[in-house]
Amino acid sequence: MHLMSSELFTLTYGALVTQLCKDYENDEDVNKQLDKMGYNIGVRLIEDFLARSNVGRCHDFRETADVIAKVAFKMYLGITPSITNWSPAGDEFSLILENNPLVDFVELPDNHSSLIYSNLLCGVLRGALEMVQMAVDVKFVQDTLKGDGVTEIRMKFVKRIEDNLPAGEE
Amino acid sequence: MLASMFHSLFAIGSQLSPELGSSGIEMLETDTFKLHCFQTLTGIKFVVLADPRQAGIESLLRKIYEIYSDFALKNPFYSLEMPIRCELFDQNLKLALEVAEKAGPFGPGS
Repeated sequence: MHLMSSELFTLTYGALVTQLCKDYENDEDVNKQLDKMGYNIGVRLIEDFLARSNVGRCHDFRETADVIAKVAFKMYLGITPSITNWSPAGDEFSLILENNPLVDFVELPDNHSSLIYSNLLCGVLRGALEMVQMAVDVKFVQDTLKGDGVTEIRMKFVKRIEDNLPAGEE
Repeated sequence: MLASMFHSLFAIGSQLSPELGSSGIEMLETDTFKLHCFQTLTGIKFVVLADPRQAGIESLLRKIYEIYSDFALKNPFYSLEMPIRCELFDQNLKLALEVAEKAGPFGPGS
């Protein structure tokens, strides 16, 4: 595999977000577009992930969390977020990103206070998990861009998508 | 034709299995060929028909999965769930088949 400068990646993402900000009136619409793009990436990326990582089916959401943090994030972003704040029912957890490569040079201007700059990531996670028959809610609850100490992505398991289960796994 | 028939057969097969959570049909054997199937966790099936004596089909199926994710899915102009008309996909698939053919004692028939 050939390597690309991670700065070029960060800059490309920045160009994408700023173009969206020009194209759409308000931040909510930009957030929605970023999520949609991420979703479209996720539904494709999952196959690459499965083909290359040799990860088997997860038996519970905790295993899923581990695979996302330790294998997927490592593979595609080169970081390993920590997993914390499990809900008592075990259906919700947080990924804490110490350093988010997407925001390396970013300062959020005052007039974009509700922009969720890295919202693409939420879409990617949602799309990828949907293809392995898991409906999840993904959102940013803390962001260093907004002055928080860390970046925190909250993931909530919604349901298993029974309709799309491959034969033999009902 | 074959694909849709096999798809149903696969579904029936996995339901008939006395064991719960059967993986479905992985191989169909005849006198003249073997049909190998690999189903991904997302539910995509890859099917290879090969000479019964051909070895290494399992790794070939994994390789085809990689080629599919590389040259179909990563091509932004390929639409999901549509027939794959990508030059690079064809080239790399052909290459993988040639490699498998050389490695095994007899040639697979795609």
